[in-house]
Amino acid sequence: MSVLDINKIRQDFPILDEKVNGRDLVYFDNAATTQKPFVVLEALANYYGHYNANIHRGIHFLAEKATSAFEDSRSAIQKFLNAAHKEEIIFTYGTTDGINLVAQTYGRKFLKEGDEIIISTLEHHSNIVPWQMLCEEKGCVLRVIPIDDKGDLILEAYEKMLSEKTKFVSVVHVSNALGTINDVKFIIDKAHEVGAKVLIDGAQASSHITIDVQTLDADFYAFSAHKLFGPTGMGVLYGKSDILNAMPPYRGGGEMIKEVTFEKTTYNELPYKFEAGTPNIADVVAVKFAIDYINDLGKENIAAYEDELLKYATEQLSEIGGLRIVGKAKEKVSVVSFVLNGIHPQDVGVILDQQGIAIRTGHHCTQPLMNRLGLPGTSRASFAVYNTTDEIDKLVAGIHKVKKMVL
Amino acid sequence: MTINEIQDEIIEEFELFDDWEGKYEYIIDLGKKLPKLSDEFKIEDNIIKGCQSIVWLHAYKQDGKLYFEADSEAIIVKGLVSMLVKVMTNHTPEEILKSDLYFIDKVGLASHLAQTRSNGLASMVKQMRSYAVAYQAKEN
Ligand SMILES: Cc1ncc(COP(=O)(O)O)c(C=O)c1O
Repeated sequence: MSVLDINKIRQDFPILDEKVNGRDLVYFDNAATTQKPFVVLEALANYYGHYNANIHRGIHFLAEKATSAFEDSRSAIQKFLNAAHKEEIIFTYGTTDGINLVAQTYGRKFLKEGDEIIISTLEHHSNIVPWQMLCEEKGCVLRVIPIDDKGDLILEAYEKMLSEKTKFVSVVHVSNALGTINDVKFIIDKAHEVGAKVLIDGAQASSHITIDVQTLDADFYAFSAHKLFGPTGMGVLYGKSDILNAMPPYRGGGEMIKEVTFEKTTYNELPYKFEAGTPNIADVVAVKFAIDYINDLGKENIAAYEDELLKYATEQLSEIGGLRIVGKAKEKVSVVSFVLNGIHPQDVGVILDQQGIAIRTGHHCTQPLMNRLGLPGTSRASFAVYNTTDEIDKLVAGIHKVKKMVL
Repeated sequence: MTINEIQDEIIEEFELFDDWEGKYEYIIDLGKKLPKLSDEFKIEDNIIKGCQSIVWLHAYKQDGKLYFEADSEAIIVKGLVSMLVKVMTNHTPEEILKSDLYFIDKVGLASHLAQTRSNGLASMVKQMRSYAVAYQAKEN
């Protein structure tokens, strides 16, 4: 039994009271985005209602209040990741943005023809395409760590792939499609042995796993606020300060400069060098409230409860005839991908939706992974701390109905 | 029958159902009854760009009229596609271009035709119309 009071937690999320197609909403699409608690909604309204101002520029009261709330968020995220320095926290608009930033600045400056970049079969398109673009431009070679049939990375193959040619490794911490938790510590250590830098795509990990970038020794770590109860359009890129300092800026504009003349511009210090223009102030301010919310519940408590949900769902779903769970990695977060014999995932999604149950169907932005698994897509239920076993029972009943109607 | 007569017939059929289950079972049934598109037409060029399931649309012209055949991997989409084919096939390009597809809305399936749905149905209607435009252009 969980130490958390789940019913009380549910009351923190207003959207959970919505009706969909006349039924109570069952929201099992948390890997796509999580719902937002009142504290986050209030933080947004409060910012716009009481201290909206542009930051780092004005000397008036509101500007200082907004700036300090903005920078408080940076400190909260520094603690959340256990980063050594506050200026290692760069605000982006999401994981995708952070990965592109690294590919377009670090990648363009330090990688050259023939250098190898390693990613994995589990990657989301956002950790594939930016590297392909870089390879096309620079003549680098993209290599891919294979997986076994359970959805675990084959790390022996990764070790064999590493050489002095390897210059960059960019791997997902937790797979959004299968839930696999990768041994990123091992991946990072091995990459460092050959002198390669490593980026970890933490989009799915950030809400489930305690992250310590110093223990991991990650060079870069990217995630999105919207997957951890925060607002959309806001993300974080962590980078080691010596590496960030060596990188050229990404976008040019206000805020990221020290001095501009028509002859030459000198760039601002970290983190501002990478934050050109007026940032997404409101969402940055609000993300601190999401992180505080997670910290108040306790990440270990959340993880333990989600694990109960995962176990329950895995057991219950496994009993459904013709249902095969896709992704049986040794360690998983609360994501269950499955296929039903003779039924297209889209039909599963449509009929569950009629019953008020929101899951994700399709390729989950991981087409190469689906090709590897020989599937057009899967149905995926992903759980957050506000979900319940009762809701999982509804999912199971819903799937029985799908079978009855389609087969 | 005219396009509107066929639409009205479908609307009438749907009036029999008072819940979503009946409606969807009927659509699924239509999907199952739609003859398989022969493999020679299941080619890249005939694929409607939707997101989640592959939809194929094959069109040909005979005696001044356009005919459609279609298929999909997903059964509900196939049922919806079968209704669209039933309404649009065997009409002149002019009739197709003039048509107003109100039946989708009337039978309460409008959300399936919305652009936001990644099932390619809206693209399918567009594709049917562009075949009509293309054939018309060839004639003139
Ligand atoms: C593993 C993974 N990486 C990257 C992303 C991209 O995140 P965003 O769309 O927030 O930039 C996602 C989101 O779906 C994801 O699950």
